[in-house]
Amino acid sequence: MTLFDLGLREIQSRLQAGELSVTELVKESLHKVGERDEKVKAFLTVDEAGALAAAAKLDEKLASGAERGLLFGLPAGVKDNIVTEGLRTTCASQFLRNFDPVYDATVVKKLRDADSVTIGKLNMDEFAMGGSNENSSFYPVRNPWNLDRVPGGSSGGSAASVAAGEVYFSLGSDTGGSIRQPASYCGVVGLKPTYGLVSRFGLVAFASSLDQIGPVTRTVEDAAYVLQAIAGHDDRDSTSANVQVPDYVSALTGDVKGLRIAVPKEYIGEGVDPKVKESVMAAIRQLEALGATWEEVSMPHTEYALAAYYLLSSSEASSNLARFDGVRYGVRADNPDNLLDLYLKSRSEGFGDEVKRRIMLGTYALSSGYYDAYYLKAQKVRTLIKQDFDNVFEKFDVIVGPTAPTTAFAIGSQSDDPLTMYLNDILTIPVSLAGVPAISIPCGFVDEMPVGLQIIGKPFDEQTVLRVSHAFEQHTDHHTRRPQI
Amino acid sequence: MKITVEQVEHVAKLARLKIDEAEKEMFAEQLSAILQYAEKLEELNTEGVEPTTHVLPLHSVMREDEVQESLPIERVLHNAPEDEDGQFRVPAVLD
Amino acid sequence: MSTVQYETVIGLEVHVELHTKTKIFCGCSTEFGAPPNTHTCPVCLGHPGVLPVLNRQAVEYAIKAAMALNCQIADISHFDRKNYFYPDSPKAYQISQAARPIGEHGWIDIEVDGKTKRIGITRLHLEEDAGKLTHTGAFGSLVDFNRVGTPLIEIVSEPEISSPEEARAYLEKMRAIMQYCEVSDVKMEEGSLRCDANISLRPQGQEEFGIRAELKNMNSFRGVQRGLEYEEVRQAEILDEGGQVIQETRRWDETKGQTFSMRGKEEAHDYRYFPDPDLVTVEIGADWKEKIQATIPELPDARRARYSADYGLPAYDAQVITSSKPLADLFEESLAYTEDAKSVSNWIMGDLLGHLNTSGLELSAVPLTGKGLGELVGLIGKGTVSNKIAKTVFKEMLASGKLPQQIVEEQGLVQISDEGAIKAIVVEVVAANPQSVEDYRAGKDKAIGFLVGQVMKQSKGKANPGLVNKLLLELLQN
Repeated sequence: MTLFDLGLREIQSRLQAGELSVTELVKESLHKVGERDEKVKAFLTVDEAGALAAAAKLDEKLASGAERGLLFGLPAGVKDNIVTEGLRTTCASQFLRNFDPVYDATVVKKLRDADSVTIGKLNMDEFAMGGSNENSSFYPVRNPWNLDRVPGGSSGGSAASVAAGEVYFSLGSDTGGSIRQPASYCGVVGLKPTYGLVSRFGLVAFASSLDQIGPVTRTVEDAAYVLQAIAGHDDRDSTSANVQVPDYVSALTGDVKGLRIAVPKEYIGEGVDPKVKESVMAAIRQLEALGATWEEVSMPHTEYALAAYYLLSSSEASSNLARFDGVRYGVRADNPDNLLDLYLKSRSEGFGDEVKRRIMLGTYALSSGYYDAYYLKAQKVRTLIKQDFDNVFEKFDVIVGPTAPTTAFAIGSQSDDPLTMYLNDILTIPVSLAGVPAISIPCGFVDEMPVGLQIIGKPFDEQTVLRVSHAFEQHTDHHTRRPQI
Repeated sequence: MKITVEQVEHVAKLARLKIDEAEKEMFAEQLSAILQYAEKLEELNTEGVEPTTHVLPLHSVMREDEVQESLPIERVLHNAPEDEDGQFRVPAVLD
Repeated sequence: MSTVQYETVIGLEVHVELHTKTKIFCGCSTEFGAPPNTHTCPVCLGHPGVLPVLNRQAVEYAIKAAMALNCQIADISHFDRKNYFYPDSPKAYQISQAARPIGEHGWIDIEVDGKTKRIGITRLHLEEDAGKLTHTGAFGSLVDFNRVGTPLIEIVSEPEISSPEEARAYLEKMRAIMQYCEVSDVKMEEGSLRCDANISLRPQGQEEFGIRAELKNMNSFRGVQRGLEYEEVRQAEILDEGGQVIQETRRWDETKGQTFSMRGKEEAHDYRYFPDPDLVTVEIGADWKEKIQATIPELPDARRARYSADYGLPAYDAQVITSSKPLADLFEESLAYTEDAKSVSNWIMGDLLGHLNTSGLELSAVPLTGKGLGELVGLIGKGTVSNKIAKTVFKEMLASGKLPQQIVEEQGLVQISDEGAIKAIVVEVVAANPQSVEDYRAGKDKAIGFLVGQVMKQSKGKANPGLVNKLLLELLQN
């Protein structure tokens, strides 16, 4: 048990009643990090002094009776590719091991405006490239349910820290499944919002046309609260949608009567572990029992998503990561012979293999003579994949399937073969390419490891995604189970 | 598509990555496998299909021409590996 | 010397800095001359996580410039990334436009040797400027990012320029048009107007282009012309000897007066252009186009025609005056104070341009006003000052900016047109120079000039020269 098991409403009412202080909440978080993170390795940087100072201020605010923010006093972890002014931000890369940002990401400001407290920065695959956290250049994160297993990735630290009860919630980023897949592996709730709903300003870009920040929480209701706090137009992000942010919490009615669910046969076919499939089908029947209807559909371009995704995301990444040149920040190799040598050495010493691999792939795909065959072709296939979603959403409210084909695998079991590793993202990637919102929620256990249910919605219809997830959660207890660490 | 070691060298140079002989072989093999997998896309007829750069129908996002405060110089140079007289220092660049 | 006649083919790539208040993708000031790196922020420094947001004014200036160059304006334009590593480029890519530039298929007319020639403009696109590198010897270079992100338009001409002189005329016309549109300061010495050139030769009559060299670092109009002239000769010599021009970039060295190969200092580029996913497309609708079109002022060609038609200025005067907007504006302001346009033109073409040339000053650095120039011409017309005195007055106007009337009064320069006063001096001079009087009477007409000079000298230049002449002749012929 931790204080965090009380849930957001109970915590707020105890704070209100003076039975609990923000300092106690923050100390609880710091204590759990101290106790558990030696095993879990979810954190790269812990800001104990900063967190306690922020807590003291919030306690003053509490005493003054001033209006409290939506996430008042809640200890949060922030994925280390989201920049925090004055708090080391590394992207889990050696290149940025000493990088001290001079500005705050928009979401970091929003968290502060909502009165939450940032405890520290969370481990991840280097520059968000990977699905197991084995690509962290510092140390891999461990799955709290089984320390020999991966937590998933790239937001492995975000998922593991919440599952381990080290923080109340966390922020992750999702490019091809990087919030949903680790949430699935770690038995927590992970939401990837519609592309453009949450500002990317201050998110270190991996693939700009796909990256989105989203919450990782223990419950769907908490996800609704955190999303409420971080969503909204930002005039510093040209790709930020100018939409009215609805009230997500009030959308959690528990009612799914008449809901039309599509289950793509491509999402439950070959390659999906039969036990995972069984768990997911049970969840779908549960929703049916609550009054929803479901039907099997086909999304014929699903099998092309992975190839298109790797070409597009790597191409964008090759350009996005070019700024890491050792001139203005980051590591600089010692005694370079000349300018070219400075670039070559700094980047080669600063980047790990997976990052290099993707930069190479992207550089190749964009290079003269290959652009049409790879990059442009992939963009066209992206259009076809998006059309698959448009077609299904003409008749259905949500698409449901597994988040990942399997549960968390053993550390080291897949690291030799990049392509096999990429296949873990095969069910989350089409969603990213289409830019639509999707959540992963716990829907069962296979061999004592959590299984994630993916619920995908129409663009900017996070309300329905959250409502369905919440209704399911109300009638199941998977989300209440805690790992023994 | 088979990627040769020479192509790997060319791409590495474009991307300013220094890789040793063993890495060249490794990348040649791995990139070949990934691109071979990507050849799957050729099965699809994409004639007349518009490429998607953005999923959102956003256009003409612009700001007004109003001056915002710049960073104080010590913040500009805060993370600089090497600086001198308010500027970033790099190895000699000749032109 | 070979007997082969070559035809020169030149294409120019002109970069113009737009004078917006802020940079193209962030709110940092574009002001020139600030201490290094004080006009920078995380966005223009390319810090991790930052995103660009497009400056509307930059787009409007680019559209305006493209319209003034008779370009077709795109309905939908977008930005691409041009990827290359260089310390002056913080993101290691430049946000530019490849596939869908703001404008295409334009043209301008240039005048060389009294003939008008139309030069095609391939495209005009919007992009961000790079930072500035200072070389501190063999040990290192310093980078200043103040300039990075200043909005630039790149204007690419068709290879339709046939001589260095035409190239200069093209560049001067380009500057004038940008000045009239008020989209840029267009100062070559401050780098707000820059020019690279492609030049090749081909035997007269050959259709296929020769191998070209790209010329860089020409920092003045004269430099462009000289650099191209040098290159013309260099390439002709190679071809005459049966050699082949190497396709390469060459640097113009102004002091040595030569171009030098930059070979070995750059490699083959592969810029890997692709649409910038951090930016969205720009839709340029009919309404927006109309609004911008309405802001385009009268351009140099139109003004030139008007000056010839309305004021009867010679074609050459009209061209010179309209080649610079401040000059043309001065001309028009002057005409509010005098109707003698030709005299105003003469003062501009002669004394003013002469002064600017020798001093190396810009017109804006000189306190001369249209009112002053117009009034000066008026004073001459009324006979208040002689032409000679007027030159003295004009010099003072250039130095102090005072109005001519004030200068004339302060320095007592009013012309003496009182016959009695002049006659007294004439009598004195004739008496004092018997030898000259004798010479004149002996038929040496030149001697009169000397005597006039003496009278003018005695009157400190203020005597009305017409009267002096008349009175002298009267006296001598009696």
